[in-house]
Amino acid sequence: MRRTALAILGAAAATALLASGCTANVNGGAYDDLSKKETITFWHGWSQPNEVNAINANIRAFERLHPNITVKSVGNVTDDTINQALRAGGDSAPDVVSSFSTDKVGLYCASGLWTDLDPFLAKSGIDKAKTFTAPTLKYTAYRGKQCSLPLLGDALGLYYNVDMFKKAGIARPPRTFSEFKADAEKLTVRKGDGYRQLGFMPDYHGYATTPTNYLGQWSPTYLDARGRSVLAKGSAVTDMLTYQRGLVQALGGYDRLEKYRTTFGDEYSTQNAFHVQKVAMQMDGEWRTVNLEQDRNVRFHWATAPMPVPDDQADQYGKGYATGTTIGIAHSSRKQNAAWQFVKFLTTNTKALVSFANAIHNVPTTYASLKSPDLDKSPTFRTFVRIAANPRSSTLPPTLNGSQFALTLSDFAYRVESGKVPVARIREGLKEVDHQIDLDNLQAEM
Amino acid sequence: MTTTTLTYAGKRRRQALTTLAFLSPWIIGFAAFFAYPLASTVYFSFMHYNQINPPTFVGLRNWKYVFTEYPLFAPALWNTLWLVVVMVTLRVVFGLGIGMLVTKVKTGVGFFRTAFYLPYLAPPVAATIGFVFLLNPGTGPVNRILGALGINAPNWFNDPSWSKPALTVLALWGIGDLMVIFMAALLDVPKEQYEAASLDGAGAVSRFRHITLPNISPIIMFAVITGVIQTLQYFTQPTVAGNLASGQLSAPGTMVPPGYPDNSTLTLPQLVFTLGFQNFNTGAASVIALVLFAVAMAFTLLLMRRRSGLLTED
Repeated sequence: MRRTALAILGAAAATALLASGCTANVNGGAYDDLSKKETITFWHGWSQPNEVNAINANIRAFERLHPNITVKSVGNVTDDTINQALRAGGDSAPDVVSSFSTDKVGLYCASGLWTDLDPFLAKSGIDKAKTFTAPTLKYTAYRGKQCSLPLLGDALGLYYNVDMFKKAGIARPPRTFSEFKADAEKLTVRKGDGYRQLGFMPDYHGYATTPTNYLGQWSPTYLDARGRSVLAKGSAVTDMLTYQRGLVQALGGYDRLEKYRTTFGDEYSTQNAFHVQKVAMQMDGEWRTVNLEQDRNVRFHWATAPMPVPDDQADQYGKGYATGTTIGIAHSSRKQNAAWQFVKFLTTNTKALVSFANAIHNVPTTYASLKSPDLDKSPTFRTFVRIAANPRSSTLPPTLNGSQFALTLSDFAYRVESGKVPVARIREGLKEVDHQIDLDNLQAEM
Repeated sequence: MTTTTLTYAGKRRRQALTTLAFLSPWIIGFAAFFAYPLASTVYFSFMHYNQINPPTFVGLRNWKYVFTEYPLFAPALWNTLWLVVVMVTLRVVFGLGIGMLVTKVKTGVGFFRTAFYLPYLAPPVAATIGFVFLLNPGTGPVNRILGALGINAPNWFNDPSWSKPALTVLALWGIGDLMVIFMAALLDVPKEQYEAASLDGAGAVSRFRHITLPNISPIIMFAVITGVIQTLQYFTQPTVAGNLASGQLSAPGTMVPPGYPDNSTLTLPQLVFTLGFQNFNTGAASVIALVLFAVAMAFTLLLMRRRSGLLTED
């Protein structure tokens, strides 16, 4: 009996040791001497030939500027692979890492997996508030810790079919949501129980029209200073959901719209509903400009504009939702001085940023690069540059559990737009959403 | 006397070591791929662990969170149990039916066997994509045909009340694995028993109930248990179908939550992935993994205990 108990105890202890042994974290530091030859490893997610060529061109430009530092670049790396490598540390782990997702910034900063860049910024005399655009600084820091920096971004705006606008007698893109609703109705041509043409697909599953992307126009506050969810407190989310329900009903109702949505092609294909003129307006990012230019079947005239704003915020027309790619230095890197030189070059060198932005059609993330005369001058792209530079443009706050709070809100938003939650119950429902988000955040912070 | 005892004990020890040596590949595999992961999962279910910082003990906090605070656990558990009960039952019945059909046909045996088996070879992702296109409410041929026949076609993967039946249709299409197993079992039933029963005047239903069923009951039990375990691990098809039907494909930096529409295709394995690898909540993910393990064990034990009573009553 005693031997059995001892055996169980031993097995439990061994398991605990083994399980916790998987969590080793190697500490690095800024120990390297910049006057000596150094090789750093850079892991990123770009995989398309034009993207890889563009980032490699910037790496070569950096190496010319810093002959002592060689950059070994590894592309098409996912966040999960980066996490595993950084957790394990060692010589094979990367020194500089980038992620397409801003979801993990909270975790990277709080866990210390990505190094705090504030000391490096201070040492280099960079005033981050004057260098980087406001929304990008929000999604690259967590609770005051700047563990990543923005490396190009995305902004969301309105694409509209100029020919359809002319035919409907609409002179300019809508600037307020009242105008938007009126235009969307005017541009809608019904056919049987479906549509010949829809003014705008408002459903939250309609490509980029997600609740959080949409909400950028209402400038919501997601979390208070203590990190508690405050969606029910302000009017932004309630107003947005109320407006959404009204728009869905005005355009034919949820079931009809959903049925029509199932006829849409893949978002990232030439069968996109805007490309094939199934919709007259669409909320989308700057990347769509390239897709539309390259699609030979797009023979209609199209243009871009900022998404409209609520009627009581008409003076804020021009703002939008912004997000982007982040870059940081691995905590385990022992060459953090060299790594910082590289990160500084990629994120603050105007020439590097502009050439990269032009090559992959993303929005630059510093004020200087946004003003650069070398930046793509096409008016359709410039719309997004202005949205990104707008100080009122907003983004999602980083949290410890990825975008769990956004998904909780989205689940509620789906129920509102479909009519399962009546408009009169929105604020009450948002209080429950706040409570759930607080529970989830508490669970993540234990 | 002492020498004899030692020699005997030595022989016993050598025999035991030899047995252990022969068993060692299995023991190592079992320890590395089952015992250790299971023990780790139990360990992490009591820990706060974000997969980066060292785990810290939190007692029953993760269990409380999953069972009382996490709103997606209940729908995921319900969907998983629905699929286990409905999909496994229909797959076994359909597989047995097709198995009987292909053992009975006189001409074109090779064609029918191949035709029913081939869908099973289709990669799950490709098959699911194909079904989502076929059953697309707006452009799919199935609804066009049903519409032409005057039938009000459902929205399949886009309707919360039809998404699980649509997944079941997909599972029935790929019935080839069960068909082969049942076909082999049916061909193994002694023909003399059927001949004797026929001479005694037994009809088709009676022959099936009193001869076929008792003879293939171990195979039915195997199909049910493996079906339950497979369905408890159901991940690829609901994930692909949900993402594709939602119209929101994963792109760099875009996280598409599973379960579309209205969490109706959300299963427990998807929840383990979402909590563990998207929300970095290893503790809660471990709790759900243990719930899955417990459900699988409960189903298996229940079926094993009921086996004789259910299938070999006669």
